[in-house]
Amino acid sequence: MISNNVKEKLVAIVTKENFDDSKIERLSYSYDSTPNLQSLPDAVISPRNTKEISEIVKICNDNKIPIVPRGSGTNLCGGTCPTEGGLVLLFKHMNKILELDEENLTITVQPGVITIEIANVVESKGLFYPPDPGSMKVSAIAGNISENSGGLRGLKYGVTRDYVIGLEVVLPNGDIMRTGGKLAKDVAGYDLTRLMVGSEGTLGVITEATLKLIPMPETKKTMLALYEDLESAARSVSKIIANKIIPITLEFLDQSTLKVVEDYAQIGLPTDAKAVLLIEQDGALEVVNRDLEKIIEVCKQEGAVSVQVAQSKEEAEKLTTARRTALSALARLKPTTILEDATVPRSEIARMVSAINEIALKYQLDICTFGHAGDGNLHPTCPTDARNHEEMEKVEMAFAEIFEKAIEFGGTITGEHGVGVVKAPYLELKLGKEGIAVMKAIKQALDPNNIMNPGKVFAKNSRKRVVVSK
Amino acid sequence: MTSVKEREIIQEQFKERMNEDELLNCMRCGFCLPTCPTYIESGYKESHSPRGRIALMKAVVDGLIEPDEDFERSLELCLGCRACEPVCPSGVKYGHLLEEARDIINQNKSFSLPTRVIRKTVFKGLFPHPNRMRNLTGLIGFYQRSGIQTIARKIGFLGLLPENLVTIEKVLPKVPTMKEMKNRPEQLSPIGNQFHRVAFFSGCLMDTMFLKTNDATCKLLQLAGCEIVISQNQTCCGALHGHSGEKEGSKDLARRNIKAFEELNVDFIITNAGGCGAFLIDYNHLLKDDPEWKDRAKKFAEKIMDVSEILVSVGFHKKVKLELPNQIVTYQDSCHLRNVMRTASAPRLLLQSIKGAEYVEMKDADRCCGSAGIYNIIESEMSMKMLDYKMVQAKNTQAATIVTANPGCLLQMKVGIEKEGLAKTMRGVHIVDLLLEAVKE
Repeated sequence: MISNNVKEKLVAIVTKENFDDSKIERLSYSYDSTPNLQSLPDAVISPRNTKEISEIVKICNDNKIPIVPRGSGTNLCGGTCPTEGGLVLLFKHMNKILELDEENLTITVQPGVITIEIANVVESKGLFYPPDPGSMKVSAIAGNISENSGGLRGLKYGVTRDYVIGLEVVLPNGDIMRTGGKLAKDVAGYDLTRLMVGSEGTLGVITEATLKLIPMPETKKTMLALYEDLESAARSVSKIIANKIIPITLEFLDQSTLKVVEDYAQIGLPTDAKAVLLIEQDGALEVVNRDLEKIIEVCKQEGAVSVQVAQSKEEAEKLTTARRTALSALARLKPTTILEDATVPRSEIARMVSAINEIALKYQLDICTFGHAGDGNLHPTCPTDARNHEEMEKVEMAFAEIFEKAIEFGGTITGEHGVGVVKAPYLELKLGKEGIAVMKAIKQALDPNNIMNPGKVFAKNSRKRVVVSK
Repeated sequence: MTSVKEREIIQEQFKERMNEDELLNCMRCGFCLPTCPTYIESGYKESHSPRGRIALMKAVVDGLIEPDEDFERSLELCLGCRACEPVCPSGVKYGHLLEEARDIINQNKSFSLPTRVIRKTVFKGLFPHPNRMRNLTGLIGFYQRSGIQTIARKIGFLGLLPENLVTIEKVLPKVPTMKEMKNRPEQLSPIGNQFHRVAFFSGCLMDTMFLKTNDATCKLLQLAGCEIVISQNQTCCGALHGHSGEKEGSKDLARRNIKAFEELNVDFIITNAGGCGAFLIDYNHLLKDDPEWKDRAKKFAEKIMDVSEILVSVGFHKKVKLELPNQIVTYQDSCHLRNVMRTASAPRLLLQSIKGAEYVEMKDADRCCGSAGIYNIIESEMSMKMLDYKMVQAKNTQAATIVTANPGCLLQMKVGIEKEGLAKTMRGVHIVDLLLEAVKE
C-alpha cells in the first residue's frame, strides 16, 4: 500500500499526469507475457528523467515500497509482473536515442527505446547491433539488458551482454552510478556493467545504456535442410561446428512445430519432415558461398533428405519469419502456452531432444521443440489450458524433469528468458548453494530493504512453478 | 455514466457472453502494441492498447475490476481499426471481442434522453431504410443547391458547429438529385467478353451521397467483363450498428441482405467500401448462434470481394489502357479492407498500372486515418491527432492525389487536405473514380 503522504511526494516529483493508481491502469500493468501470472501493482509511475527516478527510488527505499521497472512487458519469466505490489516504473518518456557515435562504433540510448529502432537506425549507417530477441519489434532495450536477452544470432555474435559496454544505473539507495564507457578495453575495478546486465531489475534501475556496434556484414544467405529423423538433424549441428564453421543462425524446428508454423504463416514449409534446420551465414560473399557449400555437404552426409538455399531475399525473409513466429503460432493450439528455454552444450542436443520427447510421452503431453540449436538453447513448448489443473500439474512435473536433465547434460535451466518468478525454484539446481549465497550477499549489500523487483530470481520455499495470484 | 445496478448487470453479462477461449487465447506477447494507433497516440498507455483492452475485458469477466467509467473509456477510444489482428500470432479476433463488449455495455446502460433519441433515429429510423437515406441526402442536396449553403456560410451560422463538423460540411461531395438516386439500374451487361456474373452491394451511404462512385464501380466492372445484378431488396450492411453496440439491429440487416443476395446465383458479391465489405464478410460470425441462418451467412460471406480484387483477378489493368496526366499518387489503406478483408496489394497494383501516375507509398499507409465510422465526430480530439500524423506522411510523398477505398476514409482525407490548406495542390479520391478517370477507351 502507498500512503497518501507518499503518494503526494511521488506526484510532486512526476506531476499528476505521470502517476496513476486507478484500477484500470493498475490492472493494465499487472501482467507481462508470462502465462498464468497476474498481480496488481499499487500504482504506475512514469518519470521523465534519471533525477526523477533517483528521487522516486529514495522515497520507495525509505518507505519500503517495491519498484518494478517495466519496458514493454514482453518477458517470459514473470520478470515484470508486480507480484508484491508496489510501483510499476514505466519509461515511456525516456525513449530517445541519445547518440550514434560512428567513430567509436557505439550508440547511447535511453531505457525505453524499442529494440528494432536501434537496429533500424544503426543499419541505415551500415552498422549492426546483432542481438535479435523474438520480441524485438516490441521490447524495450533496458528490458533486453535486464533479462540479458538472446536471439537467433547468439551462436556467432553472442547475446545482449556482449554489446553493453556502459550503463547509468539508479541504485536502490538513490545513488546514480555510471559504469564502463565507449571503451573496448576497461579493467578498472569489478565489472559492474556485467553485474547489472541480466540482474532482472533486482539491483537497480537502468537509466541509460551505451551499446557496442559492429560493421554490417556484407551479405547473408539462408538455407533449409530437411530430415526424416531428429537425431540426424542434431548430428548435423555438431558436425557443422566441428568443421570450424560458425553460422550466424542455426535454428531447429521439430515436426509438430513445423506444422503449426505452416498453418499460421503459410509459407510452404515441408510439414512431412521430422525436423528442419534453418541455417544462415553472413560475411563476405566468397566466404558465405564457401561455408554454405561445406554446410550442404555436411547436412547431406548426415542424412538430410533435402537441402535448399533461398534464392532471393524475399524467400530468405519468409523462412526466418517462420522461425520467429514459432512460439506465437504454437499459441494457437490451446489457450495457454508454456514455453521454456532449457539449454545444453551443443554436443548434447540430440540427447536432450530425445529426453524431452521421452518426458512428454511419460506425462502424455504435447511438447513441441524448436530453438537455437547452434548454441544448444532449446525451446520445449507445451500448449495446454490453465483451467485444466490436472494437466497443469503434469506440465509442472514434466518441466521439472526437463530442467534436471538439462543440468545433468552440463546445461542450464534458462538460456535467455531469465529466472524471474517462474524459474526461481530451480535456480539452485544450476548455481548450487554456494552460488545462491554469493547472489544473496550481493543483493543484500546493494538493496538491504529488498525494494527492487522483490520476489524475483530468489526462490521462496516452494518449488511450484505456476503461480497465480490476484 | 452507469449506475451501480447497471454495472452489476454489465459484469454479469460479461461473464455470460464474452468468449472466454478467445480472451485466454491472447498470450499477451504484445506484438499488437506497435500497430495500435491509440496506444501510440495516447503516449504508450497499455490501457489503450489491444493487449490492455483484452486484459481489461478478461478482468471484468474474472471479477478483478468493475466495468467502471475508465473501463468504458478504454473501449470507447478504440477505433476498431483491427490493425492488431493481422499481426496477432495467436489469431485473436479482437474485433469480435470489442463488438460483443460494446454491445453488452450499450444495451445495459441508460443514455441521456437526447442521446437516446439520436441513437434510435440513426440506428432504427434512418440507415435501415434506403428511401429515408435518399430523403436525407436530398435535403443535403437542397441545402447545397438552393443557396442556403452560401447564406449559411456567409452569416457565420456554421460557427455554431464544432470545428471538424464545419470542415466536413465543406468537403461533402455535391450530392445527386432525388431523381438520380431513384433511377437505379437492376442489371448491367458486360462490355466485351463475360468473365463473371456478380452482384453489386450498393450500400446506403454509397448509393446516396457517393452515387457517382457507385456508378464508376459498375462501369469498371462492366469493362472488366462482369454482368452485374443490383438487388433492390438489399439494405445497409449494419456495420455502424455493430460497431456502436447495436448488435441485434445489425443482425436484422444481415438477414435481410442474405435473403436479398442468396437467390441471385452470382460468383461474387462486390463491394467498394472497405467498412461495409469487412462487416459483410463477418456475417457468419455475427449469425453463428442462429441455426437457421448460420450456413446461409457463411455462403454469403464467402462471396464477398472488394472491387479492386476482382479487377486484378480478371486482369482489368492489363487489358484496359489507363492513363492520367503526370502526377504522384499515393494510397491510404482502408483499415477494414486491409485488416479484415486482407486486401492490400490489389489497389496498389491497379494504381501502379496507370500510365503517367507515379505511385509513391506513404509511410504508415496502413495506420488508421482516424475516420473510423463516426469516430471523427465523437472522438474528434484523438481523431484529429491521427489525421495530423497522416497528413505529414501524405505531404512527404508530394502526392497530388490521395487514393482511398472507403467513403469514411475519403471524407477524412478531404478534411485533412482542407485543414492543411492544400486544396489547391492535393485531392482525395476513391480508387474507382480515379481508375475510371484514367480509362482511355
